[in-house]
Amino acid sequence: MSEPTNDPAEQLQAPDQPSEPRWRETLSALLANRLAAAGLVILTLLILAAVFADLVAPYSFTDGDIVRRLEPPSRDHWFGTDELGRDVLSRVIFGARVSLQVGAVAVGISLVVGTLIGLISGYRGGWVDAVLMRTMDVLFSFPVVLLAIAIVAVLTPSLRNTMIAIGVVFTPIFARVVRGSVLSVREEVYVRASRSLGASDWRIISRHVLPNVAAPVIVQTSLSLAFAILTEAALSYLGIGVQPPRPAWGLMLLDAQGFIATGAWWMSLFPGLAIFLTVMALNLVGDGLRDALDPKQRSIIQSRGVT
Amino acid sequence: MSTALLEVEDLHVHFSVGRGRDRQTVRAVDGVSLRLERGQTLGLVGESGCGKTTTGLALLRLVEPTSGRVVFDGTDVRALSKRDLRAWRRRAAMIFQDPYASLDPRLPVGESIGEALDIHGLHQGKQARRDRIGHLLERCGLHPRVADRYPHEFSGGQRQRIGIARALACEPDFIVCDEPIAALDVSIQAQVMNLLNELQQDLGLAYLFIAHDLAAVQHVCDRIAVMYLGRIVEEAERLDLYREPQHPYTQALLSAIPIPDPVRERERERIRLEGDVPSPIDPPSGCRFRTRCRAVFDTCERIDPALQEVTDDHRAACLLHGEVGTPVTS
Repeated sequence: MSEPTNDPAEQLQAPDQPSEPRWRETLSALLANRLAAAGLVILTLLILAAVFADLVAPYSFTDGDIVRRLEPPSRDHWFGTDELGRDVLSRVIFGARVSLQVGAVAVGISLVVGTLIGLISGYRGGWVDAVLMRTMDVLFSFPVVLLAIAIVAVLTPSLRNTMIAIGVVFTPIFARVVRGSVLSVREEVYVRASRSLGASDWRIISRHVLPNVAAPVIVQTSLSLAFAILTEAALSYLGIGVQPPRPAWGLMLLDAQGFIATGAWWMSLFPGLAIFLTVMALNLVGDGLRDALDPKQRSIIQSRGVT
Repeated sequence: MSTALLEVEDLHVHFSVGRGRDRQTVRAVDGVSLRLERGQTLGLVGESGCGKTTTGLALLRLVEPTSGRVVFDGTDVRALSKRDLRAWRRRAAMIFQDPYASLDPRLPVGESIGEALDIHGLHQGKQARRDRIGHLLERCGLHPRVADRYPHEFSGGQRQRIGIARALACEPDFIVCDEPIAALDVSIQAQVMNLLNELQQDLGLAYLFIAHDLAAVQHVCDRIAVMYLGRIVEEAERLDLYREPQHPYTQALLSAIPIPDPVRERERERIRLEGDVPSPIDPPSGCRFRTRCRAVFDTCERIDPALQEVTDDHRAACLLHGEVGTPVTS
């Protein structure tokens, strides 16, 4: 490293601009990343569509015109109609409600519970760690969908129980990711430095450990949101998730399956596309967030001058 | 010589490694006694792995000592409760070797410094806190406005200055400097040393200055302790130690210092130490240095030499200066 060391001016360098609040800095870095910005736009549209489904959807999601059943996409029905003559577009829009809600709530549960378990496990270590992680291993050893089926079967199928089941199933993933990161951050010199100043465990965890394990957790969250939506689709497809007539993307795929042979491709294509778009948007935003939250990456992004 | 700031007696730090039948004890620090007067600097020198960093950490209880006494200004540090220990840490700080690892990459550097103020409630209001952080940065040769920047935006030397500013935040009496310049460019080393010297004079700080060679500490220390494999092997006033090293290990370390004079440098006699430092899991019997000592004789493996006064105020642990020590029993 070559440093112009004897020059006092170098030591006295001051930032050219006053500092922005940290969340704005993060946001502008996020938007500077085009892919992440695109993902954010798609997600925003999906969320708006879900929230204002009543206004956006051209038709009801329950009442169909049985005479105009299984119609291919047309000017009246952009995404065609299903076997009961219901508008597929409207059902996809209303389906966004269920899918996004399940994704958010289920992942919210696993994020909070899993992070807590991972933090305690990684920071405390010893027998606490052993007990918690073996419990997580047991949960983890079941195939995701199988465990979810078992939980829903015990709790009776409903939207709420689907969310709980998916939340439980995803908890060990977060616990492991967090624990692994905590184990390495805990040994960092800056943690020791903070302790040498007299910091309490609570302060060290909240100020140093959590922010430094955030990156993998954020990436995991975006991935898990996508998987949660897929799992919900799978459960609904198997008939133990969301119950009809409520539209869910997975449920629509289940219905569509019977009509693929008759050539009604629109019934499966559009809900499938909706799942694909959501999952992709989530991944793009997740990747962007990870970079935007890292101060080092952030200055690289900003120094490129892309805004 | 009655009211030392820091007095350490027979400090031991042992770690267990392995499990079950393979369980072994690493004697990282094995009976160290030190004394540090207010406003003075004690150099602690030894090869890597000799336990000098562990000693520094154990003094601040960043690593729990296994046994021994650490008395700081009349306070028995080992007897402090968790809560009192946190409050006591205001008085003793540490500067770390690696300036790249010692600052949280996700916090603006001002926050890293401000943390010390928050912990001990040392500021009144936001503006006062900002001013104090700015003042500390300035004291260490940086512009107050760099407080909002992140660690990766600084060079190694600048980061070390920030680390020093953080250590100063609580106005400690004592700072453990763990090889604070070893990771820096040679050109910056002098700057940081000067800064540390200035601060000591202005603030009356006492330093425990840890280093891996005698060259680094020759100008900064009042007294120097040489450490080998968990023990102090020689301890004396600085000039005394340089002029008349009593322990063969110190002599070897001293012979490794280059002389800034080509003629004398060419004639400099070098004592090369053969081999590696033995494992602290299974140290040699008797004198620990005997496996690499050029003056070794047969008694060395039978008696573990005690640290004893050789000349006035100059202690060494070597059987050449009288066979005083603990006979090996086996």
